[in-house]
Amino acid sequence: MSGAPPATKPVMSSSPSLWTRLSNPSHFMRWSGTLVPWLTLLSALLLAVGLYLAWFVAPPDYQQGETVRIMFIHVPAAWLGVFFYGAMSLSAIGTLVWRHPLADVAQRAAAPIGAAFTLVCLVTGSLWGKPMWGTYWVWDARLTSMLLLFLIYCGLIALWRTIEDPNRAARAVAILTLVGAVNLPIIKFSVNWWSTLHQPASILRMGGPTIDPSMLYPLLVMIAAATLGGSTLHLYAMRTEVMRRRVRTLTIREAERLDAGRPRVAPAASLPLGQPL
Amino acid sequence: MRLSVEELACRRSGRRVFTGLSFALRPGEALAVTGRNGAGKSSLLAILAGRLRPDAGQIRVADVGEASLPECLHAVGHRDGLKAALTAGENLAFARALLGDARMEPRAALARLGLGHAHDLPVAYLSAGQRRRVALARLLVCHRPLWLLDEPTAALDVASQALLAELMAEHRAAGGLIVAATHQALGLEDAATLAIAAPEPGLDRPSPTPDRDADWRDADVEDWA
Amino acid sequence: MSRALLALIARDLALATRVGGSGALSLVFFLMIVALVPFALGPDLNLLSRIGPAILWLAAVLATLIGLDRLFQADDEDGSLDLMSAAPVPLELVVLAKVVAHWLTTGLPLALASPLFGLLVALDGTGMGATALTLLAGTPALTFIGAVGAALTASIRRGGLILAVLVLPLMVPTLIFGVSAAESASGGTVPFTTPLAILAGLSLIAAVVGTLAAAAALRWSE
Repeated sequence: MSGAPPATKPVMSSSPSLWTRLSNPSHFMRWSGTLVPWLTLLSALLLAVGLYLAWFVAPPDYQQGETVRIMFIHVPAAWLGVFFYGAMSLSAIGTLVWRHPLADVAQRAAAPIGAAFTLVCLVTGSLWGKPMWGTYWVWDARLTSMLLLFLIYCGLIALWRTIEDPNRAARAVAILTLVGAVNLPIIKFSVNWWSTLHQPASILRMGGPTIDPSMLYPLLVMIAAATLGGSTLHLYAMRTEVMRRRVRTLTIREAERLDAGRPRVAPAASLPLGQPL
Repeated sequence: MRLSVEELACRRSGRRVFTGLSFALRPGEALAVTGRNGAGKSSLLAILAGRLRPDAGQIRVADVGEASLPECLHAVGHRDGLKAALTAGENLAFARALLGDARMEPRAALARLGLGHAHDLPVAYLSAGQRRRVALARLLVCHRPLWLLDEPTAALDVASQALLAELMAEHRAAGGLIVAATHQALGLEDAATLAIAAPEPGLDRPSPTPDRDADWRDADVEDWA
Repeated sequence: MSRALLALIARDLALATRVGGSGALSLVFFLMIVALVPFALGPDLNLLSRIGPAILWLAAVLATLIGLDRLFQADDEDGSLDLMSAAPVPLELVVLAKVVAHWLTTGLPLALASPLFGLLVALDGTGMGATALTLLAGTPALTFIGAVGAALTASIRRGGLILAVLVLPLMVPTLIFGVSAAESASGGTVPFTTPLAILAGLSLIAAVVGTLAAAAALRWSE
């Protein structure tokens, strides 16, 4: 095509951008490798302080007694369950808009951690429910919302495991994550509505804003420790995922290299006519 | 319409299929894409049809106004895009309404392919060769300047292959473009040939645009210890 | 543009009525679930009429899932999707047309047939009318949410099970407001129109989000 006229327009192109250059996993592995031991140490310390405050400093509740201490695990777990969904939604935007490889890694690493903490929240909530409500499960609005969040996490993880090609899987999961993110407030709202329609009013509300400062500070420390510890776990998981992809790429390369050593098949022209590619 | 492709690279499931493909087509020109099975002939056509994202490189079209590349082309491949429950005529009428720029009536197009009798038959009743001819009749019911043909002679008998060669010659005479992935350059003897070879393993040709998966490959080994 | 979309809707409607179409099948499945419930709960008409709207809604949710897995998969397998992506119409509108056609052959018959099936669970006249109205307003939301799952699983073989796992949690709000609207019509503390309006709102949100997400999932799906 000699002397391309100005009418020529690119149909599609992939040009280098700042994001492409920033998305270098080598850089990520370097700084995360330095950071991770310190973060581990710091979150362990914070967790020790938080647990000490929760066990020995915070007073037992005048109504619930010692069982209120479940709250110090339950509430941070619930927060992390939501926190990691938020992290996944941001990563999903990174995957879809900038096609940033690390965004996909971050999203994939966050899903099992978020699901695990949501499960912890459900289990502790259920254990807390037994002494408080006399039964392990009550269709309380908050527990129900968390259950649905857990189911959405399960769906996302299942979708990942179904699609073989990592790039396609990343895209599909990112779309579903964002659809879920739009839906979560609606689910929360509708479950609250449903709950007020059906729930007997006698049930004791958990937590609430009227929490006493003597319990609030240990709880805040625990939430901070959980956030830091969860983020550290996330970094670990991201490093594992980067390495897993490197292994995949190297394996494919090795297969290509070995394939090249083998004599070529008969030239294409002698193949039967109309053989599909 | 003119089409130019520069330094196109394709990767599927992390596997490099081809790198550095370039070609340009002017009105009336055709390109026969050859290569061994798995070399990426279908992948190249899928990228041109907009179904697959290229790993690197550029595709440019000119002289087509505001239309995007997928709106300028007909693609006929081994998935024929026909609904078995609908009649041949209904399938073509649907394609005609969907793709726009209608030309021949479905009945006339089928007659041209020697399938006039099949107009009211459900496609499920047709043989593989007849289905392929119905799919080829789609080329005639709407006008699209670029034809992407993936193994167009598959399942066709000799007479139909000659007919296809005739149709391609007419299309090119009217200024149309053809990109055909084929083992048999029937009717495209005068066309340029693009042979896709497997990329040399380990020897990554320096690409003008960075390759997404290079990030995974090039990370220093020491980082992983 | 509108000609292309009408052709698409007409084609999908024709396909639903021909051999292999799933148009009537989801209706039969709907009837099947409604008929199963009394076998599980016992033929107590008072109980059945109390939970009648809930049964019909649950059946509608499950019946919507039937046939959804083929919504885009069938077109993906035989190459029709490639044809549609070559149309001079945005893929979003193609998706919209296909989902509308799907709703016309599954959701709409379901809503229209629900008063008849309401007889089986001893709904009174008001209950039947209200349930039919809520299904009319709410089944589009179910179909559009399901379309996202259908698009995501279009190229997965045997994607039906994972489709259900993906979309059912997202259908919970529609189910809640559908049932609560239908129940509030035959007595209750909430006026009928409040949950009905929310239900219609959910359908509109699902139409926008579902169309965009499904088109994004189909584009570059390979």
